[in-house]
This record gives sequence, C-alpha cells and structure tokens, in this order.
Amino acid sequence: MSGFFERIAGKLKSYREPGYYTKLDHKWTMVIDLDKCNGCEACVVSCYAENNLPVVGKEECEKSRAFSWLRIERYVEGEYPDVKVKFIPVMCQHCMKAPCETGCPVYATYHNQDGLNVQVYNRCVGTFTCATYCTYDVRRFNWFTYKWPKPLEAQLNPDVSVREMGVMEKCTFCIQRIRAAKDKAKDEGKDVQDGDIKPACSQSCPTGAIYFGDLQDPNSVVAKLAKSPRRYRLLEELNADPSVIYLKRVMGDGNSSHE
Amino acid sequence: MATHHTSDYQTGELKSRDLSYPSGGGISYKEVNEDVVRTMTQTGKWYYLALAGAVSGFLAFWILPWAYQIYKGQGVSGLNTPDFWGIYLTNFVFWIGISHSGTLLSAILFITKTPWRRSIYRSAEAMTFFSVATAAVFIFVHMGRPWNFYWTMPYPNQRQLWLNFQSPLMFDVFAISTYATSSMIFLYFGSIPDLAAVRDRVTGWRKQVYSALALGWRGTDSEWHWLFKAYTFFAVFIIPLAVSVHSIVSWDFALSKVPGLAKTIFAPYFVVGAIYSGSAGIVTLMVIFRKAMKIEKYITLNHFDKLGMLLLVMSLLWSYINVVEVFTGWYANTSAENETLIYRMFTTPYAYMFWLMIFTNTILPLLFIFKKCRTSILACVVVSLGINVGMWLERYLILTTSLPRKFLPYMWHDYIPSWVEISMTLGSFCFFAMLFLLFVKLWPSVSIYEVKEDIGIPMRKGGGHH
Repeated sequence: MSGFFERIAGKLKSYREPGYYTKLDHKWTMVIDLDKCNGCEACVVSCYAENNLPVVGKEECEKSRAFSWLRIERYVEGEYPDVKVKFIPVMCQHCMKAPCETGCPVYATYHNQDGLNVQVYNRCVGTFTCATYCTYDVRRFNWFTYKWPKPLEAQLNPDVSVREMGVMEKCTFCIQRIRAAKDKAKDEGKDVQDGDIKPACSQSCPTGAIYFGDLQDPNSVVAKLAKSPRRYRLLEELNADPSVIYLKRVMGDGNSSHE
Repeated sequence: MATHHTSDYQTGELKSRDLSYPSGGGISYKEVNEDVVRTMTQTGKWYYLALAGAVSGFLAFWILPWAYQIYKGQGVSGLNTPDFWGIYLTNFVFWIGISHSGTLLSAILFITKTPWRRSIYRSAEAMTFFSVATAAVFIFVHMGRPWNFYWTMPYPNQRQLWLNFQSPLMFDVFAISTYATSSMIFLYFGSIPDLAAVRDRVTGWRKQVYSALALGWRGTDSEWHWLFKAYTFFAVFIIPLAVSVHSIVSWDFALSKVPGLAKTIFAPYFVVGAIYSGSAGIVTLMVIFRKAMKIEKYITLNHFDKLGMLLLVMSLLWSYINVVEVFTGWYANTSAENETLIYRMFTTPYAYMFWLMIFTNTILPLLFIFKKCRTSILACVVVSLGINVGMWLERYLILTTSLPRKFLPYMWHDYIPSWVEISMTLGSFCFFAMLFLLFVKLWPSVSIYEVKEDIGIPMRKGGGHH
C-alpha cells in the first residue's frame, strides 16, 4: 500500500514542476554581475526608451508611482566617514513558480514556452492581485492614461504597445527583441545563437554587468556564469525560483556582501 | 416554523413558550398582521427625509467620485506601488463581514429551534443581502478596468479564453455569487407566507406586486410542508457556505507570500471576525429599526440579552485568534515579519488604530458579562458601534500595514487614502441605508407567521374547552 501513496505524492510533486505539461523551449535567464555595476542607471534610461515607459513627473514619483520597470536599489550602510553604498538593479525576476501567476483570475499573466513570465495587457482587468503578490514589487500600474508631449510621441518604439489606463505591466526581458531574434533565426533556418538577443538594459550597460541568454544551453555565457561561486538569487528563500541570477559584489575589505 | 405552544386549556390562559414577549398572549394575531403591514403602508415624513438623505448621499459620495475615478483612472485614489490594495478592499472585506451574521445566524438559530430568532431574522437576512451587494460593488470599484468585469465569469467565447481557477480571486467570484444568490433565495422563501398576508391586506398597485411575489400562496398543509422542507434545506446549505465564503475572502490575502498577509490562521480568523462584526451590525441595526418602526414589542430587551451573549463569545474567540496571530508571527522572528508587526503595533499612526481596535474589540465587549449591560440599549449601541469601528480598523490594518512593508526596503512606501476613497467609504454606508430603507417599505420586515407561533393560538374569551 505504501507504493500507492508514494505514487500520489510523486504525481503531486511533478504537477508543480515548471514545464510539466510541455518542456520549455528556452529558459531565458539574466545574470547581473554586481562587481561590475556602478549604479549609473543607464539601464533604467534605456528601458524607458525601449519599452515606451511614460515619464510621470515629480509629484507622481513622490507618491511612489514611478514607472521604471527596472530600478537600481540603493542601500547605504554606516555613518558619514565610513559609508558603504551598495547597488542592486531589480527588475521582474521571471519566477518559474511565480506568485503573480496564480493570483491573476483571468490569465493576464502566465508562463510561456520560453520560461518567461508574460503580461497580456489586453486581458488585464486590473485587480492588482499580481502586484500585491509580487515579492519584488516590480509590477507597475497605469494609474492614468499617460500622454507624451509633442514631439516625443514620435520616438515611441513601434515594436512595443503603448498601454492604456487600468492595466498592469512589468519588465518583459524585452520580449520584442527575443521575438525578432527568433524570427530571424527561423528565416535563416537555424536556432537562436547565444548573444543574438540583448535586452535594452544589457545593451546599454557601460560596464557590461548584465548578461542574457538561455540557461538550457550548456555552452551559453549565462549557463557558465550561473555556476560561479558568487551566484545568488534575490529572496531565494521564498522559493519562487527567480530567473535572474546575481553575482555577489566582493567588497574592498575582502568580505563579500549580498546587496 | 415548528410550532410549540403551551396553552393551558384548563384555564384558557395563553402562555408564551419563552420569554421573548413579556406581554405573553397580550398580542393577538390580528395585531401582528396590522403592525407589520402598517410599517409598509403608512409612511411618515421622517422616512422620506431619511430616504432622500440616503439616496443623495449615495449619489454624491459614491456615484460621482466613482464616475470621476473611472474617467480619470485609479490614480485619483491614494494607491501606489507597494500599496495596491487600500480602503476599497478594506470596505469589501468589511461589508462581506457584516453580511456574515444575518443569514448564518438565522440559519443556525432556525436549525437549533431557538425561539428568539423569529422577530429579528427577516431584517437580519436582508442585512446580509444588502451588505453582500455593497461589498460586490467594491470589487468593481477597486478594479483598474471595471468595464471588463465580465471577463472573470466563465462564459464560452470565441477567443477561447478561460479563467485561472488557481486564483483565489476566482474562488471569490464563485463564492460570493453563490452566497448572494442563496441568501436572497433564503430570504425570499422565508417571506412567502408573509407576502401572501400582505397581499390580502393591501389594495392598488401593491396588490398586484404582492400577488405576484406570493406565488399564489394559500396556506394549505402541503404548501407549509414544502416550504418547511425547502427552508430547512437552505438553512443547512447556507451554514457551510457562509464559512467557506469568508475563508475564501481571507485567502485573497493569505495565499500570497507577503509578510502580515500570508498567515495560515487567516481563514478561521476572518470567519470569526465576520460573524463578530455581523452580529454587532445586527445589534446596531435592531436598535435603530425597532425605534424607527415602533415595534419594540417584537424586538425586546430579551433579544439584546441573547445577542449580547453571542457578541461576548465572539469577542473572546476573536481576541484569542488575534493573540495567536501576533504571537506566532513574533515567535517566527523573521526580519520581514517583525518589521510588519512593529509597523502595525508600535508605529504611529497605525499604533493608535491597533490599540483602539484592541480596546473596542477585546476590552469593551467584556461589559456584556453583566446582564445589566446586555439589556441596556445604550450599552448595546456603544459596544456594537465600537466593535464595528474596531473590525473596520482590523481589515484596514491588515492591508495598510502589510503591503507597505514587503521584503525589499527600497520599495517601502506608506499609504495615505485620498478623498475619493474616503468619500466612497461614506457613500457605501448611504447605499446600504438606502437599500435597507427601501426594504422596510417594500417587504414585511418582521416575520408575521413566525412571530405568531410565539404568541399562542387565539381562543375565544372565557374558555378553551374542546
């Protein structure tokens, strides 16, 4: 009889594994080397430009409604002469067991075949559940219909939809670039190669701290970096299985630090 | 519905089986009919003033700000990036909580054949239905795109889109719609004989309306038999349903990973809290209702005595669970959990709210240990209003002290409600008052036939020898 219960337990476990129903095509992963990050926020600016993020102004920012999908978190430790400032860029972690995905009643956010956590703007009814459940606070809500003053609307990225009032959005790992690279590779009759895809933040990082690639490909840069002893993931203890891997910063005194 | 009369046939004296009506057989069947129908047909100037106040409050405080919010966007509320749920969801849980006593209490007291239920249950059930309606509107109010609300319904569509049945919000859609439907049917079934009694006593347009509503009720034995069956079925069905509804409401919060929300004790905590606040709501409402409708002889101090006992028990239960929640959170000693607890209990302004809640919900109801307080209308009003203020604060604190203190301190941000949210909170009370005022005019708000069960069979004067 014990075999019977073990079989049930095994089934229950396997249902909860990502990719149980169908194997994932890719597992897009970002690796961020905090040793290289100097907190310049070039990634933030490029994200605004690439993904048609509205600039909401001082008052809205004071209300904590800034639109940045990607933010540089700054933490200051110690008193004046002996101060340490630490940076960590935080964007959607594309969790494999994402709390936001179970929260949405209408499947506006779900996991796609590339291992990405996808947001469908048109399906969103705005219940805020995903954002409340998100442990990283990376989801952004369209509080109003934002307008771009002329002539700035001419610089909007045509590959990315402009969102309307009342929908949730977040970092997509620049899914439009992933799509473009996959289409190009398909036209050429081959697979996507490592380095074909560069999200805007990765492209604009002056120190090259942000790497992007497929973790399922053992020869990719991210797969190699993911084996680094400096590797850790943000709030890993919450068991959401995030797809962003950080490499610890080694501080001047030889002690490595988390953030 | 089961009749238990003790009439002393030897002397012809009628005694009430319980002490609900100290006047005993002083009330006659005719008087009951006339008293209840009078509440529906005779309308004073104060009623119209109250109704006008409620309707204009509803329009001014709720509909106009809501229209403004739909036009401009959710940004007119005080919500911000970590605090996505604020007063709207507080009100939603509060009104669902208020709804939890009426029907549930009525069903439990019906099954246990408690005699003092009879004169209060109709208005308590109506309270349930109206507060569910108020709560349901808050779901739409808090949505970013409320015009797409029907996407949360499982309907076949060309786009082949389906619902996420993993989502606690999805559970909510089903739980609340089932609860609203069944409490409405429960209310209606119990009212049929009374609607017929009203039908027989009114003229004009009322005659036509109540003839339709009474479904041709004639009061035959088989009609009573089937009504009793159906009513018992719903009474039994509604008890587990009510428990599940508030468990599911608690899971909207408890199935997240947010410190302060992800608590395993939340389901029983919310169920107890709901019955607690709902019973307090009934007490407040009954005080106003009996005074305004001049039906003090049907809703007596004995009812308040019994409801006071119930409030005392619920208060002790609620306090116990509250202590367990805080203690286990503190004992776990994780940095996120500690931060939330300290933020809630020892950081102004939330500390004031927290300790006020403890005072009104744990300490103040202890007055009800004394029968003197349970049977004093003033004490009942003070304590029941206090409990509802406390229970509103409880829901407010759960949301507004958990979400601003999530895991990453960089994103910590306080929540300050805007005038739109505060106005809609006031408006919801006007909406509820409006529905209830309409109800007392359009529906027999005291159960005629069940009150009659209590006052004994009418007999000719001078003897009951058969």
